[in-house]
Amino acid sequence: MTDSERHFDVVVVGAGPAGLAAACAAAECGRNVGVADETPWLGGQIWRGQAKLANPQARAWIERARSSGVTWLDRTTVIGAPEKRLLLAEHPDGPRVIGWKRLILATGARELFLPFPGWTLPGIVGPGGLLALVKNGWPAAGKRVVVAGSGPLLLAVASGLKQKGARIVSIGEQAPLSKLGAFGLQLVWHPGKLWQGLGCKFLLAGVRYRSGVWPVCAEGDEQVRQVTLTDGRKTWSEECDLLACGFHLTPNVELPLALGCELCAGFVKVDEWQETSVAEVYCAGEPTGIGGADCALSEGQIAGYAAGDQRTKAQARFGKRAGWHRFRKAMAETFALRAELRTLAKDDTLLCRCEDVTLGCVKRFHGWREAKLQTRCGMGACQGRVCGGAAKAIFGWGMESVRPPVLPARVQHLILTTNDQ
Amino acid sequence: MEIRTMPETIQLRVNGKSVAVPAGTVVAAAVALAGTTRFRKSVLGGPRGPLCGMGICMECRLTINGRAHCRSCLVLCENGMEVRTDD
Amino acid sequence: MSRHYDIVIVGAGIVGAACAMECARGGLRTLVVDRGCLGGGTTAAGMGHVVVMDDSEAQFSLTHFSRRLWMELRKELPQDVEYDSCGTLWVAADADEMAEVHRKQKYYEQRNVRVEVLDAVGLAKAEPNLRAGLAGGLCVPDDAVVYPPCAARFFLEWALKSGAELRTGIPVIKLLPEGGVQLADGSRISAGRSVNATGPWSPELTADLPVRKRKGHLVITDRAPGFVRHQLVELGYLKSAHSLGSDSVAFNIQPRITGQMLIGSSRQFDVEDGSVDQPILNRMLKRALEYLPTLADLSAIRAWTGHRAVTPDKLPLIGPSLACDRIWLATGHEGLGITTSLGTGRLLVDLLLGRSTEIPATPFAPARFANGNTHHA
Repeated sequence: MTDSERHFDVVVVGAGPAGLAAACAAAECGRNVGVADETPWLGGQIWRGQAKLANPQARAWIERARSSGVTWLDRTTVIGAPEKRLLLAEHPDGPRVIGWKRLILATGARELFLPFPGWTLPGIVGPGGLLALVKNGWPAAGKRVVVAGSGPLLLAVASGLKQKGARIVSIGEQAPLSKLGAFGLQLVWHPGKLWQGLGCKFLLAGVRYRSGVWPVCAEGDEQVRQVTLTDGRKTWSEECDLLACGFHLTPNVELPLALGCELCAGFVKVDEWQETSVAEVYCAGEPTGIGGADCALSEGQIAGYAAGDQRTKAQARFGKRAGWHRFRKAMAETFALRAELRTLAKDDTLLCRCEDVTLGCVKRFHGWREAKLQTRCGMGACQGRVCGGAAKAIFGWGMESVRPPVLPARVQHLILTTNDQ
Repeated sequence: MEIRTMPETIQLRVNGKSVAVPAGTVVAAAVALAGTTRFRKSVLGGPRGPLCGMGICMECRLTINGRAHCRSCLVLCENGMEVRTDD
Repeated sequence: MSRHYDIVIVGAGIVGAACAMECARGGLRTLVVDRGCLGGGTTAAGMGHVVVMDDSEAQFSLTHFSRRLWMELRKELPQDVEYDSCGTLWVAADADEMAEVHRKQKYYEQRNVRVEVLDAVGLAKAEPNLRAGLAGGLCVPDDAVVYPPCAARFFLEWALKSGAELRTGIPVIKLLPEGGVQLADGSRISAGRSVNATGPWSPELTADLPVRKRKGHLVITDRAPGFVRHQLVELGYLKSAHSLGSDSVAFNIQPRITGQMLIGSSRQFDVEDGSVDQPILNRMLKRALEYLPTLADLSAIRAWTGHRAVTPDKLPLIGPSLACDRIWLATGHEGLGITTSLGTGRLLVDLLLGRSTEIPATPFAPARFANGNTHHA
């Protein structure tokens, strides 16, 4: 068996919290486990695995995964599921075929981007994305950063950027204060989260944090220079070098869809064992509902023990998961998008960034399929990941079925060559 | 699970200009450190840079060592890399 | 909808759209109905190649006629139809295929189709990314490439401007022998005649129609402008399209105006399922890489499938059906629906109005399959 084809009892796709927890659990059950992740790091997006990680929980899980005997397939992008029990993947050095008996999908989430005039200017980056880039060397020291959009990430990112020397100009959360207050009270049930939140607030002492605020437009020439924000009554502008703007998270369901997993309300449907509608395919973490790292850890463990046939151990964690599911529900309600965000974009604002298609062009059509065929919106390199979320929020258009490759890959890597061919 | 060891400082070239970056830097960050804001030109000619920072928006695609359409936010800098933005 | 139409066209793909345009301009009160969105069926799936083909005299006649209509229409076409006169380059791998090149050259020159023979050096110059060692090729410079869904929309818009109506999202379940159609909710639309232009699904509306589904695969790459300059087709393509037997692949690549490359082609009979068939995809891509080795490293964004509508003699059905002269057919175009959409529309309206046709219509008459006669014409 060469490097390019490997078989495991359990394959985990995604090395974020859910994936690491699932891998450790399955390994504990004595299974031969492989974890595939498209990045060179462990920890997914939320815990980018660095030698010195600030977050002790992240450090602990990454260490645990490293010493569990799990095989880490780094820089391995899964692009398709051409046959039952086989994944086709791409690595910088060539194609990869990964065989599995049980599969755990822990593909995480991405930030939701909503279009507004000027949103395509360089320097406008998702908050999580900007922090990830900064952790990997993007210059932040001395840069003026406006943080806007929605979600608990805004605070975490602002404090993370501040620690790297950025000057946080302001933080603007679109959710109204009343909802945030209720959410804050909820955190009493999740003391870890409360400490996290308070920690952020401490680090951000002196930084303006406003609720019920959202961006209206961004201006600049070669890069963003200022952003205009509103609270629905008054409007003001703030100068910045970087704008960290994203509207909470949306799940990466493309690989689950390619495998035939059913969705429910846009998330992967799973049973109490985290098993999807496809036998022996499990899913844990954000693709089943945006719940954050602790929820992902909890679900990942259950999936790992279930896939490893130790259901008693899985069942022992049902209670804790239920608690995180309550937190997950509260988060979804708190950070739901307000109506005004659907009308930020003007007719000449770009909706599809890959193909430069404006909102005005797209809105003439009655559904995603027709709009795609007639304008090419969603047919570019991002395969509709950016504009699809926006089209869903603005028009309510649902996503079409996924076509391979699940992520762009080199033509030659679409060819499946297995050892028995 | 092996951890590849890396040298402390990496030397690479962005659009022909030499840049030295700490180990662990991604190519997208090296481009920013080189002072470039425009990673690629959109279909209608507009300037673009990274949006998602995690490999799904495709805005950070660059030519790395002669290969086009590489997601620079996910590629670690290596000694001697030739990076070209799409202009 | 209690209006009476002269004609109801079922299917708003490029063939139905071209028929609608011609019928409306010809003064017929026209309605087009589609169960999905316009141009969303086979039209959305295929390559938009406008090409003359010489598999048979009738096929040549229809494709040549249609291509002329495309060229005449060219200046009216909006930008998003992306009409690009890049030409076709039939690639010969060896001396046998070069003999075929010369045969085609003679055939086309006798019929006033502009062609140019390229030897190995000429071929390499015309297309530097083709592998070394090929024998040469035949360039057909007036062939073109279009983006079919927008072409279908343009034809329909013209039809609407000429008084036609369009209803999308409306499934038709029956073509009525007294004229008109019946919808899923039981209601009826009355018309003098109906036209079945539903492509691979046409046998669902017309019983015993000699149309089979033939599945194809395509892959589109990210932008690599200039990677190929013509639509490149291997001469073996003709064997693949011609054969009525097993699964086959043939090298076929199209440069889009966007700089993206569209890679084909494959043919499979009797596979209903629309998911990508890995073994076929493997064969198709390997075949393409044999001609264009550096294609290997281009970034592939999407792979998909579609179904063509095929008749036993690979010629479309254009004219009154066998069952009834109030039910007409415009279907069965195999891989030439884009090219021959315009010729089909023109033939159809001339036949409907009892006018003489610009090219002989008999080879396309549905009556040729009367008495279960399905042998190759």
